[in-house]
Amino acid sequence: MTKVLSHLVVLMAGDSGDGVQLLGSQLIRAAAQSGQDVRTLSDFPAEIRAPQGTISGVSGFQFQMASEAIFDPGDAADVFVAFNVAGWIKHQHKLKPGGLLLASIDGFDARSKSTAGLEASENPLEEAKSNFQVLEVDFKKITSEALKNQSLSGREKSRAKNMTILGLLTWLYGQSAPAMEVDLQRQFQGDLAAANVLAFRAGYHLGETAEWTAFRREVPQRKALPGTYKTLSGSQAMALGLAAVARQLGRQVLYAGYPITPASEILHELARIRPAGVLPFQAEDEIASITAAIGASYAGNLGATASSGPGISLKGEGMGLAVMMELPLLIINVQRGGPSTGLPTKMEQSDLLQALYGRHGEAPMPVMAIKRTGEALDDVLLAAKIAVESMTPVMLLSDAYIANSAEPFRLPDPEQMRRIEAPKADIRRAPYARDEHGVRPWIVPGTPEGMHRVGGLETEAETGNVSYDPKNHQSMVEQRSAKVQAVTRFYGPLSVEVGEDQGDVLIVGWGSTYGAIRTAVESLRVQGHAVSHLHLKHLFPLHPQVIPFMTGFKQVVVAEMNEGQLVQVLRSQTQQVIHFLGKTSGQPFASSELQAGIIPYISAS
Amino acid sequence: MMTGKDFLSDQEVRWCPGCGDYSILKQFTEVLALIGADPSQTVVISGIGCASRLPYYVNAYGMHSLHGRAPAVATGIKLANPSLDVWLITGDGDALSIGGNHLIHALRRNVGVPILLFNNEIYGLTKGQYSPTSRSGAVSKSTPLGSIDHPVNPQTLALGAGATFLARSMDRHPAHLREVLAASKAHKGSAFVEIYQNCNVFHDGAFEQFTDKKSQSDHAIFLQHGEPITFGTNLDHGLILEGSQVKVVPLAERSASECWIHDERDPMKAFALARMTEDLRPFGILYREDRPVFEQQVHAAHQNSRSFEEVLAMGRTWTVD
Repeated sequence: MTKVLSHLVVLMAGDSGDGVQLLGSQLIRAAAQSGQDVRTLSDFPAEIRAPQGTISGVSGFQFQMASEAIFDPGDAADVFVAFNVAGWIKHQHKLKPGGLLLASIDGFDARSKSTAGLEASENPLEEAKSNFQVLEVDFKKITSEALKNQSLSGREKSRAKNMTILGLLTWLYGQSAPAMEVDLQRQFQGDLAAANVLAFRAGYHLGETAEWTAFRREVPQRKALPGTYKTLSGSQAMALGLAAVARQLGRQVLYAGYPITPASEILHELARIRPAGVLPFQAEDEIASITAAIGASYAGNLGATASSGPGISLKGEGMGLAVMMELPLLIINVQRGGPSTGLPTKMEQSDLLQALYGRHGEAPMPVMAIKRTGEALDDVLLAAKIAVESMTPVMLLSDAYIANSAEPFRLPDPEQMRRIEAPKADIRRAPYARDEHGVRPWIVPGTPEGMHRVGGLETEAETGNVSYDPKNHQSMVEQRSAKVQAVTRFYGPLSVEVGEDQGDVLIVGWGSTYGAIRTAVESLRVQGHAVSHLHLKHLFPLHPQVIPFMTGFKQVVVAEMNEGQLVQVLRSQTQQVIHFLGKTSGQPFASSELQAGIIPYISAS
Repeated sequence: MMTGKDFLSDQEVRWCPGCGDYSILKQFTEVLALIGADPSQTVVISGIGCASRLPYYVNAYGMHSLHGRAPAVATGIKLANPSLDVWLITGDGDALSIGGNHLIHALRRNVGVPILLFNNEIYGLTKGQYSPTSRSGAVSKSTPLGSIDHPVNPQTLALGAGATFLARSMDRHPAHLREVLAASKAHKGSAFVEIYQNCNVFHDGAFEQFTDKKSQSDHAIFLQHGEPITFGTNLDHGLILEGSQVKVVPLAERSASECWIHDERDPMKAFALARMTEDLRPFGILYREDRPVFEQQVHAAHQNSRSFEEVLAMGRTWTVD
């Protein structure tokens, strides 16, 4: 009898050249398609091919699949697939006691031990046997046996090892082998496709032959919302969001980017899917990408750009110009560990204060954050709507975690998507005349008799001409600020993710910590605690109800992946005591560590 | 029929009295009238600096953008709407120092924009620091003992970047300037035009020998495609190429037809002309080539894009009933 589980967490770790990420994405797509909910966590080195077999070169992929809706990739793993000893050493603490270690023993030989920094006398597999169930498999040998008649190089054959492992995992966790084979045939061509399928089958049959039925697990299907799905990462969903913007705005989106990790994925995805109305442009640098986007917005497109870390700093000059000229612009910040080059592939939420305040002059700009892949498309639409309908640059925050985390994504009904109405190019109004929301008309070059000049010098009210008048500057600073404050009209009602509107403890989060916080709060509530979870989408201006809402709780705790940024913002607006839970290790919160961090506040309340 | 004056905006022009920019603005607006430009289709983009104030004075659309970034802004505008007539106004500090990278990339992409670089060999708006085109030894506010930097040569830089049109003119020769500006607009792609512009406050007379009527004929060569390269009061001197060496010869010794015949399509000869940075310098169109225009290529490549519905359906999807 196959054991049935509601949740299963699998962690795979190996060399960055082992194809761990590819294997993971195959598995989760299959799981999602067969009706399980899935969340993932990718962890890979910044180097493309880090030194082989070393701890620093380990690439990891964790996923949770479940028979109910889940929000995070799980904490401790039920199953650990170790491609090599370095992967095992680096992540062994994440395997649950009694969990299954599936070890590819060709990666545990003397040489692998040496590159991982172990003494020849050490035997981590033997040690593991006292705490875990261990299956030692020579995947390399099985793969080369399976491919012995294939006309591939030895290197190509050994690289198919991940397909053999995929086969075994497919068998162990009850996924459909035929569907997986079809998928492999679609992804690879010719000899490589044939070889991958052969390796996959060898792995699939291995479990049967070796009589490992006792290790099989089944995660039942859940009842998902009706609709059409596919698995997408956060960045892919954002790219789809830009395509939606072009459709809903009825104007071209110029997406200008410059290669930087982890933001590049959005550019790649746009270039790959080639949506109508979205022109991807790889500029010569970060500054050029934002200024080209500004040029495009002046000419009547919506200019959009994305970057990470230092790239966002370089764009600061451009943001100031867009604020001054009052042009719509979308800036996506896929945050990563900083400062400087920092940790390019790791997650952090440490750009919040920069997003809010990191510009010269009085330069207010709406700031939003994406909390999960499933909402990324709509969040991009909303950010674009605010940008266009308020004639302002908007920054949308993502991060390395959400950018790379895949989950089943329910495709929207295009007819039901948010509409975007561009301000009319009404030449009877002056270029900087304001409507009741403080918004100026969008008169684009090519409009007959609408000629006017814009620029970075202070603009005269109404006309937009240059003005050095002190009263005008004071007034324009206030007008720009009032216009941005007024974007709260686009916000929905403030509501908790989980819990009541009053209680003992309120956990406040923003961005990609959503899943871990929600999971932690739900667990605490199951244990009988009056804890609620509020997750902020709008970081500037804040939802007007945020500060009053917090007063309904005895304790308020902000949890974020930095040294205390949102917490500072909230503290500056209230006398209420606000506590802080933070982390800057480059790894996302585990829900268990959040629970442990929250419990003292429950006791104190 | 619009006149040059019709292309002036209602804004008061605020350059220093006697500045060379006045003449350039006048010739520019006259050329707009001459070529029958539509003000509502015309967009003048600039960076920061004295030159970059020009868009405010032109009755057209315009943007006074960021220091050095005008080529990127203009690229974005052309990608957004390739049919607009975009002009780019810049200066030596703007284009060759802080914006050097953007200039290089606009030129190599061949974005369809004339790039008018007002070269005065000084930072004027910031009140007199030496610029990337200032000659070695230039005494300025930031180099009281004379500058050490070797100056950048705008022409060889542009040629090296892959510019498809190189020209040089001057503020004090209105007819020549109008002719070059009209030619730059007619060119398909980036047209790089260096305009010698006198800053009478911080660097007066920088180009006097080329621009003053008394000395001009001995120092300025006015190039004509297919014609011998000659100069002098009575066109009594010519250039010849000996190998790759440019030599001046008196025409008493040989006929003009034996001189170097200017071929604006020859990049090697254009390089030789661009290298003439001493007391004898070429004006007019140094080089021209036909190459596809960036924004047109980008849009052509994007022709077969997918509708939003098609994009949604890409990849492996599944349906839950």
